[in-house]
Amino acid sequence: MLRDSIVGFWHILRAMGLTFKYFFTKPVTVQYPEEPVKLYPRFRGRHELRRYEEGPYEGLERCIGCSLCAAYCPTQCIYVQAGENKDGIQRSPGERYAEIYEINLLRCMFCGYCEEACPTGAIVLRREFALAGYSRQGLIYTQDRLLQPAEPNAVILDDGTAAGTRGK
Amino acid sequence: MGIETALPEGMVVTTTLEKLVDWGRGRSPFPFLFGLACCAIEMMAAGGPRHDIARFGAEVFRGTPRQSDVMIVSGRVSQKMAPVVKRLHQQMPDPKWVIAMGACASSGGPFENYAMIQGVDKLIPVDVYVPGCPPRPEALLYGIIELYEKIQGEKFSDYR
Repeated sequence: MLRDSIVGFWHILRAMGLTFKYFFTKPVTVQYPEEPVKLYPRFRGRHELRRYEEGPYEGLERCIGCSLCAAYCPTQCIYVQAGENKDGIQRSPGERYAEIYEINLLRCMFCGYCEEACPTGAIVLRREFALAGYSRQGLIYTQDRLLQPAEPNAVILDDGTAAGTRGK
Repeated sequence: MGIETALPEGMVVTTTLEKLVDWGRGRSPFPFLFGLACCAIEMMAAGGPRHDIARFGAEVFRGTPRQSDVMIVSGRVSQKMAPVVKRLHQQMPDPKWVIAMGACASSGGPFENYAMIQGVDKLIPVDVYVPGCPPRPEALLYGIIELYEKIQGEKFSDYR
């Protein structure tokens, strides 16, 4: 009886000691809106339409309006309408450009197939994840919004896979 | 229901009280313990220690619609589940808000077929849409911050 009490007390003391140990460790909580989130490099967030940053086509849109992304998309959330590059106004190299380029982010499942299908590397999935909105219409991203670079509130971790990602 | 019905219209006190009540409502939206699919897993992760939904006062997942303020529709809503979701929403007391979490709840997502409701807003009014498949817990937290911003602008007269 007495022996059981002492053993029991010792066990409770050990358990409480373990609890007390965590009192001194750093909290695991990520204070998200104030602190950036740690993301792995392969995380896929909001799409971005890229422009040529250097070379002879500098400043032009990479998208040539071929609709391969729309064809490959499993949820059919991409709508592309191609237009012809007229004299004087050159929006992309070659003959055609995307006159309308819309992605319904509420349909999208961020699989990255559009990125794989794109022949010019125009569409890439960046790491922006804070996308919540008040209306369905407001979450259909149009071309001018997709052309803006994504600035996620995040730091990208290096897990050694960054070399394998294309166009990032 | 509540204090807003007892107050006569045009009272001076309403302007300041409105802000105080909105602040209180926005800072403690009790979600409804309610998950439909894989997005619910991310919702649970948001309640865990790493993301800690309690920082936004939303840690008390109530098990009954009568005690909850916000319904996080986390997952696809099938035709068979639709009357249940609608009924649970009707059982929630005013003021109530709805977050459509993920692609399926917001628009049907990849399930464009006869068995699925193409967006839960076909059934109940949705306040915040959170895209993602599923959204990260942080994306849901951002949705809750957006909901807080929305609650701040609400008037008592909206619930009369």
